Amino acid sequence: MTKDDIKQVVLDIIADIAPDEDLTAVKPEVRLRDQLSLDSMDFLDIVMELRKKHGIEVPEADYVQLASLDSCANYLLPKFEAKGK
Amino acid sequence: MADGRLMEGRQMSSKPRIVITGLGLTAPNGNSLAEFRANLLAGKARIAVIDVRHMGKHPAGVCDFDATKWQKRKEIRNGTRVGSISIFCAREALGDSGLDWDKVDKSRVGVYLGITEHGNVETENEIHNISQFGNDTKYWTHHHNPRTVANNPAGEVTMNMGITGPHYTIGAACAAGNAGLIQAAQMLQLGEVDIAFAGGVSESIHTFGIFAGFKNQGALGAHEDPTKASRPFDKNRNGIVISEGGAIYVLERLDDALARGARIIAEIAGWCINSDATDAVLPNPERQTECVRMALRRAGMKPQDIQIVSTHATATALGDIQECTALRTVFTDCPDTKINNTKSFIGHCMGAAGALELAGNLPSFEDNWVHPTINIEELDPECAMPGLVINQPVKVAKVDAILNNSFGMLGINSALIVKKYGVA
Repeated sequence: MTKDDIKQVVLDIIADIAPDEDLTAVKPEVRLRDQLSLDSMDFLDIVMELRKKHGIEVPEADYVQLASLDSCANYLLPKFEAKGK
Repeated sequence: MADGRLMEGRQMSSKPRIVITGLGLTAPNGNSLAEFRANLLAGKARIAVIDVRHMGKHPAGVCDFDATKWQKRKEIRNGTRVGSISIFCAREALGDSGLDWDKVDKSRVGVYLGITEHGNVETENEIHNISQFGNDTKYWTHHHNPRTVANNPAGEVTMNMGITGPHYTIGAACAAGNAGLIQAAQMLQLGEVDIAFAGGVSESIHTFGIFAGFKNQGALGAHEDPTKASRPFDKNRNGIVISEGGAIYVLERLDDALARGARIIAEIAGWCINSDATDAVLPNPERQTECVRMALRRAGMKPQDIQIVSTHATATALGDIQECTALRTVFTDCPDTKINNTKSFIGHCMGAAGALELAGNLPSFEDNWVHPTINIEELDPECAMPGLVINQPVKVAKVDAILNNSFGMLGINSALIVKKYGVA
């Protein structure tokens, strides 16, 4: 799994939890909250969906790592690799 | 100490008059009053067959309103079904009221919604959800608490509409629709709010527990034709058809409504809520009789002043008979009082039942038609009442007052009387 694959995983989750958002032009380096209407409950949804769909755990102390698509990819890549994905 | 009953009469007459100036609804057979009313007069029931978790297929009343009309998809996803029902009904009621919403002081608006139960749907869903993950509670959704707090339906309305006045639900079993309206009228009379969104709502078809509970109580309706499954007063009735729905009204003090030139749909004339204090599920006709009589007294009316009695009857073997016993006791020598039932069309909408059943009768003030109770193939002699309107609507000379009965488990009884505005 590549970093681009992980960004798409996160975008797919956001598409499900924030279906009104236009995700076609999300900038990977910009904080998601600065370009999308997402609140703390939505980020908890992202954490939950990573857990349910991919078996990935994100400890509360690491939630900040989910700020942007780039930071998501950097943080999640080793976790996906550890899962053999 | 003053006599309590004299005090009640004096309080009723000295308090501000409360009127209905708007209405929004969703019923299994209509998403507007016009559609709902047309189907009631045409005898059109609409009951679906749904697959109930753990229980298989059962008849149920399903609403098909478009939730995206008033909510973003994210709101719908994060909220509850009954929240969406409530928002749809409240928004439609607002439109119907003619209120200039931008100019309304939202801190003076209250939301009072009757519910039979709340939280069962989400709790069952989450129990099912974590069962897919070895019952590990770390998979339990963080949305659970905001979805299941008892004020959820009313709270979702306030968030959607920017209402900053009071909001809460009124848990009153299947008397809840009336209870919501009564609570709103009282708050308006107290001056707590200037505008109230009030009525009843239900999402009960999405919980298997209510189906299983009624089935194991021997009170779950069934028929090979789902539209005939709900048949109050019929000799072969076999129980309740569970439905979802909602009806929310805009209520105001009469003076305020007149000042803004509002269209007045009806006036709240009187009400009563009392308790059987006898049995958790079997209704008590003596207490029901007292409830109706107290509502009449508070309205300053005699039984002969009521042209339509909208019954609560749910098509259970004993419950229907108990209500008929109460009504025969009160409405003796009332040749012009017609009696009907709405659950025969849409099933039992639980918390929404009373509010919806009143709504379907309100147009009678204008058109003088009384919709029937349908699905009576063989009238149960124990449910025979002189004014019962069976299977076909009837035209009457006038409709000035409607009595709306709604009763519920744990022996809660409610009777609400509304009258045509302008009638003494």
